[in-house]
Amino acid sequence: MSKKEQLKILCPNGHLGFAPSKEESFWIGVEEKPDYYCCDSGSNDIGPTPLGADQSVSPYEWQVHDLEMLLVASRKQGVPMLIGSSGDTGSNSRVDMYVDIIKKLAEKHNIPKFKLGYFYSEVPVEYVIQKLKEGVVIEGLDGRPNLTIEEAEATDRIVAVAGVHPFMKLLDMGADVIIGGRSSDPCIFAAPALREGFPEALSYYLGKVMECASFCAEPYGAKETIIGTITHDEVRVTAMHPKQRCTVESVAAHAMYERSNPFYEHVAGGLLDMTNCSYRQYDEKTCAITGPKFIPTEGQIKIKLEGAGKIGERYIGIAGIRDPYLVANVDKVIEWAKSQVEERFKGREHQVHFHVYGKNGVMGDLEPMNNAQPHELCIVVEGIAPTKEEAYEVAMIGSRQLFYARLPEVKGTAGTAAFIIDEVFPASPAYRWTLNHVIPVNDPLELFQIHMTEAGV
Amino acid sequence: MKTVKLVDLAKVIRSKNAGPDKITFDIIFNSRENYEAVKASKALTPETVTKLFNVPMERLSDFVEFDPACAIKFTFYRTSPSGSPGDGDVFGCQQYAPLMDVEIPIQE
Repeated sequence: MSKKEQLKILCPNGHLGFAPSKEESFWIGVEEKPDYYCCDSGSNDIGPTPLGADQSVSPYEWQVHDLEMLLVASRKQGVPMLIGSSGDTGSNSRVDMYVDIIKKLAEKHNIPKFKLGYFYSEVPVEYVIQKLKEGVVIEGLDGRPNLTIEEAEATDRIVAVAGVHPFMKLLDMGADVIIGGRSSDPCIFAAPALREGFPEALSYYLGKVMECASFCAEPYGAKETIIGTITHDEVRVTAMHPKQRCTVESVAAHAMYERSNPFYEHVAGGLLDMTNCSYRQYDEKTCAITGPKFIPTEGQIKIKLEGAGKIGERYIGIAGIRDPYLVANVDKVIEWAKSQVEERFKGREHQVHFHVYGKNGVMGDLEPMNNAQPHELCIVVEGIAPTKEEAYEVAMIGSRQLFYARLPEVKGTAGTAAFIIDEVFPASPAYRWTLNHVIPVNDPLELFQIHMTEAGV
Repeated sequence: MKTVKLVDLAKVIRSKNAGPDKITFDIIFNSRENYEAVKASKALTPETVTKLFNVPMERLSDFVEFDPACAIKFTFYRTSPSGSPGDGDVFGCQQYAPLMDVEIPIQE
């Protein structure tokens, strides 16, 4: 491959489909004729339920909208398009769904035949249990203990977080469009840059700065297109929206976003060190960055695993309290309702949680304000149990007993809670994050299954 | 010496998940001067932020003064992962409010 002096990558959205990409800045970006169109479509930010229950949180139509823009523009120009973490979770069913959407869109737009590569990131729970039995240490991240067989057995679905490797492999195989399973966001962008011979540190930095699209620009405005340019000496990032700019401050500030430390980013195969990055205003809308370092992993590469395990079915109840005596004694009201759940469900698996809005419903144990004097409160009751029938009953007792709270000085003996509707509502099942771990591998591709098909007419 | 509320010195005060097990807080100042003044005031330190949110020091995973962005950033471990039953903020994005009213002593 002849060595390019620079490469331009377009990113329209920090989470494809989560909210539709904005069109104006996208089409301005398309005019720049980028070499690649890259976008991440998933996150573990959305909690464990989507992964566990294998469902998207983004409406199907929004996902189609964003894929359509990218497909039409990239195919018209004849350059590759790369998507990672398909359909919010990057599970196999979401990859299949995106492959299907691409095929349908290709037909709809009469796009000439092209190579559609895709890879799966799911790792069977049994595979992980087998590794544990063989003595492989699956190391916990962020203060978690190492994975145990019991915790693995409590898991319903696991995805491995791909590095650059499956993307590079599919580009090598000639893919025009790549639909990825769960992937590390920066790697979707780093893969093409690395493959075209750009330095490792700058390639990963390019991905790091681009993965949230216009979040690295100012003024604040999400879902707007940016273009990242990599040379052999620096990375430049440019806002496409007419009113946004990538400034030294906005780009430096973005290094902090959604991570505990602004200096380091771990990816499969190494660590991006941004401690000595320097930023300069390149032109009005562009910031240039130099100085990132990349420290390759010594020994076996470690791949991150995310896993979700089901706790139970879930129903939600909503109640309001207005009597100042009850507001002041809401803990006792809840204690009563809890005792009634316990009485009925004693010895049976269940959980009941009371979220008290007006007190600490948002912040829970982090809420420092303990002397607030609200005039009314909203209580959301979360009832969880193995079956839907039981979860319904847990939430129903928890809600209805707020209405029958037995407190000594209650004046309002006709009911101690107000309901919009005297019902409880089915919600998604409750899951929890069981895995936030890393597993050592001999080959960075070994957890990912790579496939190639065709689309178009 | 007067005091000014942090909200009047910062252009961004936010919180967000940093993975499923942590919540991270970013305070980005509206000028280098304000940033330096807050650093010098020692009103935001590992000790003051853990005290503000009433969490033990073991729950603080990082505390960084980030000069390139004129920002102070710190991160807490969650007591249970994001989206677990009972969690009221799946994204961790509404945990920053107590920071806004922190009084910063400023040299006049």
